[in-house]
Amino acid sequence: MADLIAKSPCEGLLPVTIGGISLTEEQPGSMWALAPFKGQEKALGKALEAAHGMAFPAVNRATGKAGSRAVWFGREMALLMGPEPDANLAEHAALTDQSDAWAVVRLEGAGAEDVLARLVPVDLRPHVFKRGHTVRTELKHMMASVTRTGPQAFQIMVFRSMAKTLVHDLKTAMEAVTARG
Amino acid sequence: MRITCPLCGERDRREFYYKGAALVRPAEGEDLDAWHQYVNLRENPAGPLDELWYHEMGCNSWLKVTRNTATHEILAVQLASEAGLGGQK
Amino acid sequence: MRLPGKGLNQGAKPITFAFNGRHMMGLEGDTLASALLANDVHLVGRSFKYHRPRGVLTAGSEEPNALVTIGTGGQQDPNVRATQQELFEGLEARSQNCWPSVERDLMALNDLAAPFFGAGFYYKTFMWPAAFWEKVYEPLIRNAAGLGALSGQADQDRYEKAFAFCDVLVIGSGPAGLMAALTAGRAGADVILAEEDSRMGGRLLAEREEIGGKPGHAWAAEVLAELEAMDNVRLMTRTAVTGAYDQGTYGALERVSHHLPRRHSLKGSHLPRECFWRIAAKHAVLAAGAIERPVAFRNNDRPGIMMAGAVRAYLNRWGVAPGERVTVFANNDQAHRTARDLHDAGVHIAAVIDSRHEAPDGGPYQVIKGAQVCDSAGRQRLESITVRSVRGEEKIQTDCLAMSGGWNPSVHLTCHLNSRPVWTREALAFVPAEGAVPGMVTAGACNGTFSTAGALREGAVAAGKVLEALGLKSSAAELPDAEDDPYRISALWAVPGKGRAWLDFQNDVTVKDVKQAATENFRSVEHMKRYTTQGMATDQGKNSNVAALAVLADATGRTIPETGTTTFRPPFVPVSLGAMGAGATDEGFKPQRFLTSHGESDTRGAHQLEVGLWYRAAYFPKPGETSWRQSCDREVTTVRNAVGICDVSTLGKIDIQGPDAGKFLDFLYTNTFSTLKVGRVRYGLMLREDGFVMDDGTTARVGENHFVMTTTTAAAGQVMAHMEFVSQVLYPEWDVRFTSVTEQWAQFAVAGPKSRELLNGLIDEEVNGETWPFMGCGGATVLGVKGRLFRISFSGEHAYEVAVPARYGESLYRELLKRAEAMGGGAYGMEALNVLRIEKGLITHAEINGTVTAFDLGLQGMMSKKKDFLGKAMSTREGLMAEDRMRLVGLKPVGAAKEITAGAHLFTPGDPVERIYDQGYVTSAGYSPTLGHSIGLAFLKEGPERIGETVRLVDHMRGVDTLCEVVSPVFFDPEGDRARG
Repeated sequence: MADLIAKSPCEGLLPVTIGGISLTEEQPGSMWALAPFKGQEKALGKALEAAHGMAFPAVNRATGKAGSRAVWFGREMALLMGPEPDANLAEHAALTDQSDAWAVVRLEGAGAEDVLARLVPVDLRPHVFKRGHTVRTELKHMMASVTRTGPQAFQIMVFRSMAKTLVHDLKTAMEAVTARG
Repeated sequence: MRITCPLCGERDRREFYYKGAALVRPAEGEDLDAWHQYVNLRENPAGPLDELWYHEMGCNSWLKVTRNTATHEILAVQLASEAGLGGQK
Repeated sequence: MRLPGKGLNQGAKPITFAFNGRHMMGLEGDTLASALLANDVHLVGRSFKYHRPRGVLTAGSEEPNALVTIGTGGQQDPNVRATQQELFEGLEARSQNCWPSVERDLMALNDLAAPFFGAGFYYKTFMWPAAFWEKVYEPLIRNAAGLGALSGQADQDRYEKAFAFCDVLVIGSGPAGLMAALTAGRAGADVILAEEDSRMGGRLLAEREEIGGKPGHAWAAEVLAELEAMDNVRLMTRTAVTGAYDQGTYGALERVSHHLPRRHSLKGSHLPRECFWRIAAKHAVLAAGAIERPVAFRNNDRPGIMMAGAVRAYLNRWGVAPGERVTVFANNDQAHRTARDLHDAGVHIAAVIDSRHEAPDGGPYQVIKGAQVCDSAGRQRLESITVRSVRGEEKIQTDCLAMSGGWNPSVHLTCHLNSRPVWTREALAFVPAEGAVPGMVTAGACNGTFSTAGALREGAVAAGKVLEALGLKSSAAELPDAEDDPYRISALWAVPGKGRAWLDFQNDVTVKDVKQAATENFRSVEHMKRYTTQGMATDQGKNSNVAALAVLADATGRTIPETGTTTFRPPFVPVSLGAMGAGATDEGFKPQRFLTSHGESDTRGAHQLEVGLWYRAAYFPKPGETSWRQSCDREVTTVRNAVGICDVSTLGKIDIQGPDAGKFLDFLYTNTFSTLKVGRVRYGLMLREDGFVMDDGTTARVGENHFVMTTTTAAAGQVMAHMEFVSQVLYPEWDVRFTSVTEQWAQFAVAGPKSRELLNGLIDEEVNGETWPFMGCGGATVLGVKGRLFRISFSGEHAYEVAVPARYGESLYRELLKRAEAMGGGAYGMEALNVLRIEKGLITHAEINGTVTAFDLGLQGMMSKKKDFLGKAMSTREGLMAEDRMRLVGLKPVGAAKEITAGAHLFTPGDPVERIYDQGYVTSAGYSPTLGHSIGLAFLKEGPERIGETVRLVDHMRGVDTLCEVVSPVFFDPEGDRARG
């Protein structure tokens, strides 16, 4: 019997390097939305800490580290990236598999902020938007999640179906920024 | 124009969707006049007005924004979930 | 002519450029205007209406005359201000609005016919016959009048948009702006300093007055070096702040590459031409300076007549003397500097004419006090002026007249949020009103403070105010010594006399025109403006509005503040549409959403259809099929007879969980979901609060407190916002959580009598009538992958929808097609899907068009009487249940095969085809290969009561007029045995 073959959202589109800026696809592993039920925020936090060793992120923040992260993902929601959520979490939160729902890319290099300044209407300068900070915002016309993962590195997420547009828009901005020198 | 979302902070207008006046919903069983008021009739003040905005491109919160329609000054922003707009149950 | 040793461009590289085909030399750092003047080119263009010869008037973005065209074809830029265009190697510029050449412009005949072309002339002249306006008069006028033209080709340049943020936006880099930026920068604030010029310094580059014992430009250079070294300061040159908007948002246009050789020599470069910035600033310091105003006198528009401040700028910044025998005409002290500077540079000053009797004496040249220039002469360049004084009238030979009627503070940005500027008698000018723009402070010349010392002081004070508001400490500013001369001025707007005296050079508006407007009772400044077109050209009357206002005030016997002022609106300088719409072309126009099956359907030659942002396969042509109808008919038949595969992942899917999930759904839908059994699916109808239908779809219960809702593709976003509204605003107490999973799952319809057979080879679990009954659902293992299987049908056939995580979508699609094809089936697209659902009378948003009630759809039975639901109260209104509403029916042609078209209207046969007899309209139509004729869904008055009647279908758009029989909307398998079996 045939097996189903998995395909990542940006397959065939990335990587791209322009000037000193690179754009690569991330392979974050599992991604699950955690939405705490009423009055369960603290209990969920404890369960998350116990099972995965990270706190439930505050608004506009990400916790954990590369490979195992919890990213604030909007009102009363975090996205657990990396591990499959421990079954205990389901007692405190609605768990929804989003592993295939988002295209996840990494933009890195000197000028990455200038690239995003052409697409994202939020202040992402380093002294304002530090490592571990995250925003839900728009990237050009797309709903997006943007997280700073390093001094010159960002994790950017948009809906899977828009991967091609994401790459197009980022590439266009990377070219413009690089052309300015 | 910029709106300060109680969760996300100050954001550009483009992240928000505008619905209209923030009114208290009539309770189940109220007469059609009350519903007519709620659905169709609107004040049009030149001054402060309570409005509903949706942070669609941000955190997905519905907000009650008090805005001066004459000066565009934003006087207050509150999570709509805490504004008691659902009416009597 | 260039004066050796003068100007700030000592040692600059020579540059070759061309003007109207003539090759010339300029210097690096030149503007096109300074280079032309250095080459003694004074005639630059022709005026808008009268085709009068015109030359350079100013040295900045306010220039009304020296507009040129640069580039050709898709890179043609018309109306480029020569005073702003920086010179680059190989620059080629052309005059505009002249034929055959700027020297011999045939349209200059217009000037002789001037008496006919006064204010409002076309309103009066071209009135009759009415039909002539569009066909004859307007094209004629447009041809004769005008500025530069577009090429008509697509713009080949790149543009971009960007966002920036700061604590303090300083607008303008003259003494006030530099001082403000320095003070704020030193205190640690985040500063953006924006300057529209290519070089920072403002008037300091144009004047010889010293600051702190050194030349002003040298002081500016030191300050800039300090600012440049600060991490918290961002310097933006070539960036004009164009508008002030709410909550500290500012628009700014950066000219990124206008100063570089054109794209053909930079092939492959991605450098944008312009960037449109949106700057969010907590505070702003407006230090935009002032614009010098001309004096209106007869023939004051000749090439060689320039602003006195501009003449100083050409001399002191670019080392160019615009004439050899210069005269100065002024009503204020400052303009005397022009004579002083030129004289010091060795240029002959023929005379200084000052309208004031108490004018200063100046240097070793003639100063004629209490005098006015009342006329000028010369063909394509100034040759002489006529001066009127107590001595009578005298002619003075001169090739350049430097004039100054005083300065207008650049208050523009302070007016963008509706504030009106205030008139000051001392400066004879409008200055910003206090608190005009929240968060903005004004400083320097834009405030009516014209001395250098005053500007420095106000810049420091403005920054101090901002720092205090930011909670930052500012060290007491040390102000360097600087010129602190009083600004002495007396009013002089227009010199009395015959002939035409220009106010608005760009739109050819004269003093006479404004007076005529007043005579004809257009006394309001807003009426005068529109009647004369004063201030309505691309320069928006930057150097003429106040004088025109003064003339109007005089003509109507009012003071200037009584007369009022027109409103300044954004943008401060013209912004190209390319910059406004930057990036929004081709793929950048909107996001494209692609299905996981997209590549495979493309490979199969599918015609893709845009459905909102999504791309979906419309039909899959097979060899030999020449029209979409053939493919569509075949695909419909395949589904009815074998099995078809269609990607339905675009439908909105929302995962809903929580103890109150059932309650929540009961409120959202008109029908009940809390009673739905786990493992079952139910069709639901959603209303808006006004009682009309919003959306429909199926919802599956996958666990006790866990549902998966499906919305239509079109309304997916709307339904999500609606659910958030209900959960956050109306019932925040309910414990329910939901999130979109549209993108998580790739979902395919497997439809047709052979669908179960196909799935049984694919899915680990046994698919039969008990495991997956009609409207059943459950987890399924699809070739080893955990997925979901729903037994639902949008085609009326025995059908399923199988879902797997999206990463497997493409692979599963291929697998499904392979198996379907082996069974005589295949792919079907949107066209076939549409025909299949019309045959079954199933609705989409063609029917749910916002005016339709559940009653209209025959779904009133779905409105529960036992529970509350959103929209219930308003849906009970009488009018929403009236028998004579237009209600859903089916249509089929009477007699031989005829077409039914969507959008057609229905009439009772015999009635006139007029709106008041309208009986309804067709929402969906297609050809049913199953039934062998056209079919349609329609809303018809009292529809269900008229089954069997004949109606007349009229589609004026497509020329269709035919008779139809009203039938049930369910054309095929009305009992639904095929789907259930």
